[in-house]
Amino acid sequence: MAEPTIDGRVSPLAHLEERMRAAAVTGARGVTLVERPFLTMVDLRVDPASETADRIGKALGAPLPRRCGHTGAAGPHTTLWLGPDEWLVLSRAEASQVTAELKDALGGDPGSVVDVSANRTTLELSGPAARQVLEKGCPLDLHPRAFGPGRAVSTTVGPVAVLLWQVDDTPTYRLFPRSSFADHLARWLVDAMSEYHGPEVP
Amino acid sequence: MLLITCPWCGPRDETEYHYGGQAHVPYPETPADLTDEQWAEYVFYRDNPKGPFAERWMHGIGCRRWFNVLRDTATHEVLASYRLDEPRPELPQAGGNR
Repeated sequence: MAEPTIDGRVSPLAHLEERMRAAAVTGARGVTLVERPFLTMVDLRVDPASETADRIGKALGAPLPRRCGHTGAAGPHTTLWLGPDEWLVLSRAEASQVTAELKDALGGDPGSVVDVSANRTTLELSGPAARQVLEKGCPLDLHPRAFGPGRAVSTTVGPVAVLLWQVDDTPTYRLFPRSSFADHLARWLVDAMSEYHGPEVP
Repeated sequence: MLLITCPWCGPRDETEYHYGGQAHVPYPETPADLTDEQWAEYVFYRDNPKGPFAERWMHGIGCRRWFNVLRDTATHEVLASYRLDEPRPELPQAGGNR
């Protein structure tokens, strides 16, 4: 291995950290926005009907989700459905370690495992008003009857394509925009959050 | 706004998709033998029906898969959507029920 180097990475939204913190709203109509930079993300492609897919599911601790919107979670890993033969593995473990594990499980079979941690950044939108903020620009039905914790889909928020994952009932959402679109999305969300500082207009 | 049902992701707004032109236009089996006219026919000439039309769409913001859609070009009604490996579905009432 190479010598350990000083981590000089700058997250795509480091310059907006202060702005996002100032935009936080507390109370019954509360909503907060923070960036969770440098999460491990690994793109996985494999034939879902193959034995390899089952083997990879076992290595991850949870079977690969087979339907749009579904996720699988076990230990440090959460697997999000991206397409009929494509998944995104999010993890709290090191990217190199996750990639190595998945490559081991894939063996020589057809498929691919690629570290895409730098492709997207993560925005966390949380609070009682979080769903209302997203509904200003997301064409999907985010009502609890159609969407809930543990669901994740690709869609758009405002003009930006994101992967949208609902984490819990607060509700807390994680949005994964491509890094170069993250600035626009963060500013769009800060703007969308601003009305909740004041009382609700009847 | 069209509401198109992706075979994998379900109903989504038209803004999530890309249009890909007429479906079921096979690549010539012996391209070397084609005359210029036949090439032009393959490359440029497309049907333009009034009524049900099979066309390709791609779910660019979702699963990024190509699939086929049967759409009524007069009413914009989306009649059916199906995967590329499925045959064009027969419509019980071609052209809608109005």
